[in-house]
Amino acid sequence: MSEEQKTVKAIDGPTRLEYRYSPGRASTRFLRGMEQKKILGQKCVGCGRVYVPPRGACARCGLPTEEEVEVQDTGTIVTFTIVRVPSQNIEIELPYCAASILLDGADIPFTALLRDVPVETVRLGMRVQGVWKPDAELGPSFDNIDHFTALDEPDVPFEKFQEHL
Amino acid sequence: MRDVAIVSYAQTPYVASETKRNEVEMLMPVLSEAVDKSGIPRREIGFTCSGSTDYLAGQSFSFVAAVDAIGAWPPICESHVEMDGAWAFYEAWIKIQCGEADSALVFSFGRASMGDLPSVLTLQLDPYVLQPLHPDAISLAALQARALLDAGLGSEREWAEVAARCRRDAKDNPDALVKGDVDVEALLAEPNVVSPLREHTLPPVTDGAAAMVIAAGDVARKVCEKPVWVRGLDHRVDPHSPGLRDLTLAPSAKLAGEKAGAASKPLDLAELHTPFAPQEGILRRALALGDDVRINPSGGPLAANPMMVAGLARLGEAARQLWTGKGERALAHATQGPCLQQNLVCILEVA
Ligand SMILES: [Zn+2]
Repeated sequence: MSEEQKTVKAIDGPTRLEYRYSPGRASTRFLRGMEQKKILGQKCVGCGRVYVPPRGACARCGLPTEEEVEVQDTGTIVTFTIVRVPSQNIEIELPYCAASILLDGADIPFTALLRDVPVETVRLGMRVQGVWKPDAELGPSFDNIDHFTALDEPDVPFEKFQEHL
Repeated sequence: MRDVAIVSYAQTPYVASETKRNEVEMLMPVLSEAVDKSGIPRREIGFTCSGSTDYLAGQSFSFVAAVDAIGAWPPICESHVEMDGAWAFYEAWIKIQCGEADSALVFSFGRASMGDLPSVLTLQLDPYVLQPLHPDAISLAALQARALLDAGLGSEREWAEVAARCRRDAKDNPDALVKGDVDVEALLAEPNVVSPLREHTLPPVTDGAAAMVIAAGDVARKVCEKPVWVRGLDHRVDPHSPGLRDLTLAPSAKLAGEKAGAASKPLDLAELHTPFAPQEGILRRALALGDDVRINPSGGPLAANPMMVAGLARLGEAARQLWTGKGERALAHATQGPCLQQNLVCILEVA
């Protein structure tokens, strides 16, 4: 086969789309709270579950989460994974722990980075606290909590958080 | 075949830019309204299907986040199509035909205003030879319009008259976005956006959501005073590449219309998914719609064109016309792809 007739196996198709994102009512209130180092969850009008971060609806009931509730930056690890393989766009030293954290006062956990803790000591029920960025760097972003770190408190027994996995 | 009917429909007022509410916040009231009006308790609805595309919001799996608006607990039987909600309606209809459900909730949503819609739509083209040239949706529609002019199958005056009629009819539709009395001469004096298309021939970028409940015969008769029966439903596809088609024709619309039985009895009205004014003539010819058939009494897509919703809205608007006594037999049409590439036709009757 001559050079000209070689099969094309791939082509580059550069695409760029720009968006003007608007987060909606619930997320706007949450992000404005984050600017003030306040974590504002929202409570379902049906079942009373508190969502952090809130998106405006209770996924269980399909009802609006209208009541605002301030929750703490302390919480409990309800599940976790240790990351040992590198991946693109993530420049965190390996190995590290990605933890599912249930904040005190919230009913739904979210995933966050756990740092300054030897990964082999991470366990379910471990108490943690958010480490905030310096005040000068605060913006309307969940990233204001840079990472979580361990608290010197007794572990929470599994039965206490098993409904919140 | 099982009898299936539309038993309820709800939609947001359509707006140019929904910046206050996210998709879930936009959907919740619409879903509640459709379910409440249906008379079927939410937990008893057998199937749920949505239509949307993540490219509108620029967020992957945004359709999964939208499930939050349903309240999917205990777990529900649910599906999604990366298509206009009219195709979600089709899937729900099939599900009921198969006997796997007796009722279904269909919904769709989109906030096209967050991105540059004509460019976003370029991504639906084939990625190897056409997309790299980046023909946007308006330019492709302009090629189609030019082909119509060259073939003597349309005129700029005809398109301006279509736009004026749509805006006038939209005055009666509280949910429509572009409405009012306009002078055809004034429309023709507008400059071209992409020749030969002027602003009034283009769909307004529109944000919104719609939801519908459909049900099989006995259930529909039990819960609904005036079920809008689906008497025919079909969808067909033309070649993906616009270059392979005669853009003055819509063979897939013609075939879908025939298979759906459009011509078996006279029609009172047709809600046509015509994002661009010149497309009305193409569909009139493909679907053999006479002058006695009222086209887009809701104002149609030229009055409000929520991306991914406008097709489902044709079904919903046609049902609303029949519910309010504006006719007994209607055709609802939905399209996807460039230049009327894919077409769905549904025949609705109240008798
Ligand atoms: Zn709830």
